[in-house]
Amino acid sequence: MPRALYIAKANLVLESSLNEIIEGIVKAFQLIFTGDPRVLEVVLRSLFVSGLATLIAALWGLPIAMALAMKKFRGRFLLKGIFNTLLGIPTVALGLVLFLFLSRSGPVGFLSMLYTPSGMIIGEALLITPIIISLATSALEAVDPEMMKQATTLGATDSQASATILKEALGGVVLAGVSSFNRAIAELGVAQMVGGNIEGRTEVLTTAIAAETAKGNIALSIALAIILLALVFIITMTVNVIQRRRK
Amino acid sequence: MLIAAVIATALIISGTLVYTQFFSRRRLLVSTTTSLWESDLLKKVESVFEAKYPIDLQFIAAGSGVAIEQGRNGDVDCVLVHAPSMELTFLQQGFGTSRKIIAYNFFTIVGPSNDPALVNGQNVTEALKRITEYGRNQTGKVWVSRADNSGTHTKEQSLWKLAGFNYTLISAEQWYANAPGGMGETLLKAEQFSAYTLSDIGTYLKFHEKDERITLDSFMAEKYELLNVYSVMAVNRTRHKHVNFNDTVTFIKFLTSDEGQQLIEKFGEEDYGTSGRLFRAAVSYLTANSTEQIAQWIRKYAFLGDPPTECPPEYRDTECPELYT
Repeated sequence: MPRALYIAKANLVLESSLNEIIEGIVKAFQLIFTGDPRVLEVVLRSLFVSGLATLIAALWGLPIAMALAMKKFRGRFLLKGIFNTLLGIPTVALGLVLFLFLSRSGPVGFLSMLYTPSGMIIGEALLITPIIISLATSALEAVDPEMMKQATTLGATDSQASATILKEALGGVVLAGVSSFNRAIAELGVAQMVGGNIEGRTEVLTTAIAAETAKGNIALSIALAIILLALVFIITMTVNVIQRRRK
Repeated sequence: MLIAAVIATALIISGTLVYTQFFSRRRLLVSTTTSLWESDLLKKVESVFEAKYPIDLQFIAAGSGVAIEQGRNGDVDCVLVHAPSMELTFLQQGFGTSRKIIAYNFFTIVGPSNDPALVNGQNVTEALKRITEYGRNQTGKVWVSRADNSGTHTKEQSLWKLAGFNYTLISAEQWYANAPGGMGETLLKAEQFSAYTLSDIGTYLKFHEKDERITLDSFMAEKYELLNVYSVMAVNRTRHKHVNFNDTVTFIKFLTSDEGQQLIEKFGEEDYGTSGRLFRAAVSYLTANSTEQIAQWIRKYAFLGDPPTECPPEYRDTECPELYT
């Protein structure tokens, strides 16, 4: 083949493959801005599952973090070490454990929570609990220990003093929550293994992106990925801005 | 605060329990082989079925091996699979009942259009031999395997055996890629490697004709060795008391009804034309004691037990003998 022709052909191949990506992106924006019901449903379910999971993890994680940061007791450092290690727990490993427990033939199978949003919420909550605890503990520990003493000398009860500390460390604690939420909404392992990616029931952003790519629905995948990125970005930015304002 | 956490968790768990007890009676969870799902046939089935019955049909796409495992655990109500040997074990172990054959098509070997191993027009055993020979002289991957215990993977293993190879040894050779994944994903991998693979014709046509995601060509003619038969089974309600058996029976009846069979037969016609139908209806061949070749093939390949039937009597649920009249 003459060289010029060869280059022309190579350009054509490159162009057509780039076209696919561009077409995908165009279609993706169409899906987003026309309010495609499937896209909307997946996004809302993702927000719902991760949001509730973060709430639960915060509810049981913050008391533990406060105890770790403020109370002196034996095994405190061991416990902190354990939570720090669990920060990086592989999501598929946790997914597998949860799957075995929640399956009908597993120990808590009678709850019938496998392949349900509730099962996913519990799973994500467990996944992000170590993140909330570790980050919140660090934030609480960073508060000047004198403050607790001052508060108590000024006549505050123990719980009032704890509340003061929590208020002081609020920025760090909120950041712990946001990081946890981001981890929950962006992970695939637990969502896939506990949720099963059932359309109309447990399909969330990450599982849908993986499945639709495998099915060849590239435009839908791109749309969902753009939304996922935007969500994580917007939420993190908003929190940052609010924190700046507070200071 | 700890109390609030406990309450919130308890609320979610009890909420699920109440929900599943009182509101989910009409939910039917079906685990299905990836080929039926990725071709979008089941989406079509779902929309027609749900318009007709007040049942929420939901699918989990998995390989046949995984689908049967989910049925065995009682995590789903119903399975759609295509691996007769696994189906027999599932019935024999008492986890499945009420098997009905619903559809068939053929497997084919697909590969790069320049066909470097020269398999075009060969029979399947010769094709596998040629691919092996060609692969052993190459440094890259020449064959991509589902390697996921799916129906297609089971078929692949039996074909290697038929061609005179030891599957354990052949699958360990360097040109053979063990790449667990669904059928569509495997086709994309084969495309990427310019390698050969075994695919059902339905998924292949969807990816090749409609989506134009692959340029691989199909090289096999429709032969008995490549027959692919899909069946539906209910999860045994005496083994797993909670399963939604009644709606499963409704679903099975729908799939085997004239309407369901037409849906399967006609699916994809608008995209591929009549020559490229993805799946073909099987029921008429089984009930009419048809002497057509395809009927004989299906009986020989996918009937179970002795004497061979689509579901040996001891595995039929006693409450719905009408499935077999």
